[in-house]
Amino acid sequence: MYAYDELDRTLINERVEEFRDQVKRRLSGELTEDEFKMLRLQNGVYLQLHAYMFRVAIPYGTLSSKQLRRLAHVARRYDRGYGHFTTRQNIQYNWIKLAELPDALADLAEVGIHAMQTSGNNTRNVTSDQWAGVAPGEIEDPRIWSELIRQYTTLHPEFSFLPRKFKFAITASAHDRAAIKVHDIGLRLHRNAEGETGFEVLVGGGLGRTPFIGKTIKPFVHGRDLLSYIEAILRVYNQYGRRDNIYKARIKILVHELGIEKFSREVEDEWQQMRDSDTALTLDDAMIEDIRSRFSYPAYEKLPHMPEELKKASADPLFERWRKNSVFTHKVQGYAIVTLSLKPIGGPPGDATADQMDTLADLADKYSFGEIRVGHEQNLALPHVARRDLPALWAALDKIGLATPNVNLVSDIIACPGLDYCSLANARSIPIAQELTRRFANHDTADLIGRLHINISGCINACGHHHVGHIGILGVEKNGEEFYQITIGGRADENAELGVLIGPAVPYGEVADVVEDIVEAYLALRARPDELFVDTVKRLGVEPFRERVYATR
Amino acid sequence: MPLVKDGKIVGDEFVHLADDAEIPADGAILISSARFLGDAEALSRRAGRTGVIWPNNRDLDDLVPYLDRLAVVALVFPSFRDGRAYSQARLLRERHKYRGELRATGQVLRDQFLFMLRAGFDAFEVKKPADAEAFANTVKRYSVFYQPTGDGRMTALHRRMMLRHSESASQ
Repeated sequence: MYAYDELDRTLINERVEEFRDQVKRRLSGELTEDEFKMLRLQNGVYLQLHAYMFRVAIPYGTLSSKQLRRLAHVARRYDRGYGHFTTRQNIQYNWIKLAELPDALADLAEVGIHAMQTSGNNTRNVTSDQWAGVAPGEIEDPRIWSELIRQYTTLHPEFSFLPRKFKFAITASAHDRAAIKVHDIGLRLHRNAEGETGFEVLVGGGLGRTPFIGKTIKPFVHGRDLLSYIEAILRVYNQYGRRDNIYKARIKILVHELGIEKFSREVEDEWQQMRDSDTALTLDDAMIEDIRSRFSYPAYEKLPHMPEELKKASADPLFERWRKNSVFTHKVQGYAIVTLSLKPIGGPPGDATADQMDTLADLADKYSFGEIRVGHEQNLALPHVARRDLPALWAALDKIGLATPNVNLVSDIIACPGLDYCSLANARSIPIAQELTRRFANHDTADLIGRLHINISGCINACGHHHVGHIGILGVEKNGEEFYQITIGGRADENAELGVLIGPAVPYGEVADVVEDIVEAYLALRARPDELFVDTVKRLGVEPFRERVYATR
Repeated sequence: MPLVKDGKIVGDEFVHLADDAEIPADGAILISSARFLGDAEALSRRAGRTGVIWPNNRDLDDLVPYLDRLAVVALVFPSFRDGRAYSQARLLRERHKYRGELRATGQVLRDQFLFMLRAGFDAFEVKKPADAEAFANTVKRYSVFYQPTGDGRMTALHRRMMLRHSESASQ
């Protein structure tokens, strides 16, 4: 956990008071809606179809039990008793009242939570691996650098009015759980030949209507130079990013139009001029150590890998199914990382009720040193569970509906809120996801299918990351009706790729049938039971899937 | 449109001159970049004070040779959403060491004052009179800053370092 000090606390309290003043001026008419819109967006407040939506940051996906209880409190006190976890380590409330927002923010600020820059054309919440600090083989905890970037980008006087939104993601593991290749800046922590810590910097990744996989702009930037190098990229983007067309304003378009070589020369030229100036952002070791020292880690005990409790519980097939699906290797022997599926059969992906959050906070205190993680797959995790406690934890999670054993399986669907909430959407996402979870409700079948990620977006803005779903579903509108384009073969990890369209869009009522056809085709086509869906698509291309789906349509 | 300079509402000594208006030999004038570049040598050496309105999509390199002869550089916010002039301001102050008046023009609103101040602006053509009156209070909203800029305010990182030093010195 990162502990805020007096300076961090002061800043977020000052931000709450500023926003309170801005809301007051809007309600009195001093600010026009157009002027207020940008100010509220800088604080995560959207106007949606039915009400204001409020997006709260969970930087690098780390929460304390106290913070989770406060998120539950906000859901109960200011909303309708639930919240929605997003693909970028945020939580959204869908029914908030404008006049109450400053109070909600003040309640959150008491536990070090804010909503700064969770929307608007600025640098957004810095996301990272939800297993940061506990994943085996990790180079070092990427959250230290995430926090340095969080602070550096918060209320930046030069970059608060960028051409468009700007997203950072960081990973320090060989397997990328943070989807860094589809971010405006992706950072991969690694060591150079001298053993120094630094970053491969990727730039210009992103989804939306013009998807791109990020390109490497510099293979190694030393940790001490990270902030100055980022500032050089942001400065080039701020000056040359397009502002004439909102759909061409992301940095990916600038990188694409200039080409990565020319873009990187521009950045290098800027960087060389500013990196050693008197306002240089060079970090010294003491500064980095100071941030590092404010992350606390549990006092792990020396525990056996196979405790009696676990041996006994393995006789229960339901427990075993959950354990095999949702429990992952921890870097410390005797401990485990437990993923909690927020994808119950028939439920909307990523939603959690206030009661679930409160109970989970208690379970985190009891079993996970008071810590909870949020991942971009819209699931939660308990990062430090003693393996002996797994049976008791499972029973408790099952009671509150957080033990669905479908993590990474076909019903673990990522979906945006879609037309049920969002004013941008062309089509519904949530009911498609719900129907698919019912079709694949049988966990034996889902196990047989193996790892398969379905992503659903209700419009081209791609909040459900459909381009990088193994199966991607995109809602479009045709003559006033909801249609869906289907892609296959996408992935968001270290081998990130964009999915390929399999054919013409299909109407709402046929989406689940088409997905079933695709899955059946895969089962028939795969070379071995352990060849993943996405690997079969890679090997065979889309054609056999296209034939199967469209032969009878 | 009220002008705020060095934190106070003041009268504007500079006359905004249209491109077809005659340029007086003395007196303080503010002219467009196109007009200025048409005869930059002479204009930057005229008896009266000269200021230039520099658009946010024009390279600063064309302006840099004349900076020490200019009384005002006015940067433009065509919309409050367009943040290019923040970068220009920092480059003028921090890289090119411009010390004259740096003026924010266009859609200059209350909630941008502190960002502008931190980027190096010291004069503001404020769109709404009520915003101009609120200037002094608005720029005191924050006492903690995470980024170093040319305004010299100490960042949170540096304050922490000082705090740690004083803690260890007192032990």
